[in-house]
Amino acid sequence: MTAKLVLENLKHKPMRSLLSILLIGVPVTLILCLVGLSHGMLEDSARRTRGIGADVIVRPPGTSLLTLSGAPMPAALVDYFRKLPHVALAMGVVNHPMQTTLVATGIDLQEFDKMSGGFTYIEGGPFQGPNDVLLDRYYAAQQGVHAGGRINLLNREWRVVGVIEGGKLARIVFPVKVLQDLTSSNGRFSQIYLKLDNPANTAATIRDLKAAMPEYQIYSMEEFTSLFSVNNIQGLHEFIIVIMAIGVIIGFAVVCLSMYMAVLQRTREIGILKSLGASKSFILRIILAEALLLGIGGTLLGILMSFGAWWLIRTIVPASIPMVIVPSWWPIAGFITLVGTGLGALYPGLSAARHDAIEALAYE
Amino acid sequence: MNSGPIIETRDLRKTYRVGKVDVPALRGVDLTVKPGEFLAIVGPSGSGKSTLFHIIGGLTPPTSGEVHVAGQDLAAMTDAGRTRLRKRSVGFVFQKFNLLPNLTARDNIAIARHIGGFDSKPEASFEEVLRLLGIANRLDHKPSELSGGEQQRVAIARAIVNHPAILLADEPTGNLDSESSKAVLEILRGLNERLGQTILMITHNPEAAAYGHYIVHMRDGKIIERTS
Repeated sequence: MTAKLVLENLKHKPMRSLLSILLIGVPVTLILCLVGLSHGMLEDSARRTRGIGADVIVRPPGTSLLTLSGAPMPAALVDYFRKLPHVALAMGVVNHPMQTTLVATGIDLQEFDKMSGGFTYIEGGPFQGPNDVLLDRYYAAQQGVHAGGRINLLNREWRVVGVIEGGKLARIVFPVKVLQDLTSSNGRFSQIYLKLDNPANTAATIRDLKAAMPEYQIYSMEEFTSLFSVNNIQGLHEFIIVIMAIGVIIGFAVVCLSMYMAVLQRTREIGILKSLGASKSFILRIILAEALLLGIGGTLLGILMSFGAWWLIRTIVPASIPMVIVPSWWPIAGFITLVGTGLGALYPGLSAARHDAIEALAYE
Repeated sequence: MNSGPIIETRDLRKTYRVGKVDVPALRGVDLTVKPGEFLAIVGPSGSGKSTLFHIIGGLTPPTSGEVHVAGQDLAAMTDAGRTRLRKRSVGFVFQKFNLLPNLTARDNIAIARHIGGFDSKPEASFEEVLRLLGIANRLDHKPSELSGGEQQRVAIARAIVNHPAILLADEPTGNLDSESSKAVLEILRGLNERLGQTILMITHNPEAAAYGHYIVHMRDGKIIERTS
């Protein structure tokens, strides 16, 4: 009977209920989009790194996981690695940030083909000259260009010589020497990839390399891609917590306001329930149950809206923002929302429970 | 039938604090009601009728004096105790019907059962009461779809569904036309005569008051006369 009363109360003011659900859903979407974006970026980076086909990555000292710009490693290092036992191939690359979430990479295409098996060309083909650029299908679609077309990058015009399948190395690929010239890093690399004669030698090779070059960051590709997690990106975890806290506050404020208005509107009904013998806890339960239903509705709508945001982002900027849907966060976002709504309903609920029955019955 | 009083008040007083001023609403009320009696309480506005109802109904505590309802001492009762009293021992009928607007007539009755700690569905025997009230075929309508007379009859059904010791009716015909008023008063008389329901009814209407076995006259917070 209590459930029926709660449902009828929600149905009685459908616009209030729907608006509350919408407003509760917005922070849920915000949380899910942020988490989806973080996971998407990291998964995308990890996938593209795995696509290189290397066994070992060597990074310069003092760089963080997402610090891919700059080219401090001398080209001589590549020659040094090539001479080491078990190293079949060594390839240096130059990274240059284009946007916050987008990095261009300069490669020697022949070396890259040997290491990774080469790009899969959807349109066009490999570099033919120094003004050529390769784009992956997502960035090409985002920019609306095809092979043979022109694109302005790094303050100059480039010919899109080929559109490649995504998932290998980078979304924007330049000839390595051209990018070194443009970024004033001639003869230097951002990071160096090694392919071994046998992957079984990876651990031993890394051990030897670390002993010889203790200041460098040297990982197996498996270990390196496993580092692409929210907890390993400095500040990201805290940022997500702050956004979650904002979600709780918004849920709290929306429900507090909505339920406070509802309690005011239903003062007389609260008086009626009290005249029938309803206890304070009964009144509080009704208000809390109503708020929790709004919270559940807001969570479901928020999840639905996160799919909408995902679709919109994939349609508009598939390359810049590789958002993914993270279902494991649905219960977390739901819990956060329900905590916010529950807290938000407490004050109006307690206020309703404390109403004087006679005054409430006289309320017009 | 137990001949002991079902309601007994002795020197019952109630003073409200309005701002910084004490306003006495009851100034020493002595009232005895036996089970099965139908009492009409009349008096001008401000005479203390409603305050007396609210105290007997457990909606507010007295300032001083004694008040016993169905064997329970209300003066010594906590707020939770008065809440329990309202669940089962007292039924209210109000001038403005006071049905929950979001629920159907059936659910308005069911919620009273639920709050009273009973199964939401009334006993089979209650069907007879619903027929007596003439609302058996109107139970699936919300209050906004019912006439004033129908709403008041639903309110009466809700008030007695938990078999309260007393039924308190505060101006039950105050918002009804004369035909509906007569029907409601006949129903109250029927409940009193057929089921032995003890009823206290506040009214301004002398014709309505005539339905009671006794008429209690109040003025300035006191009972000044009890006539039969």
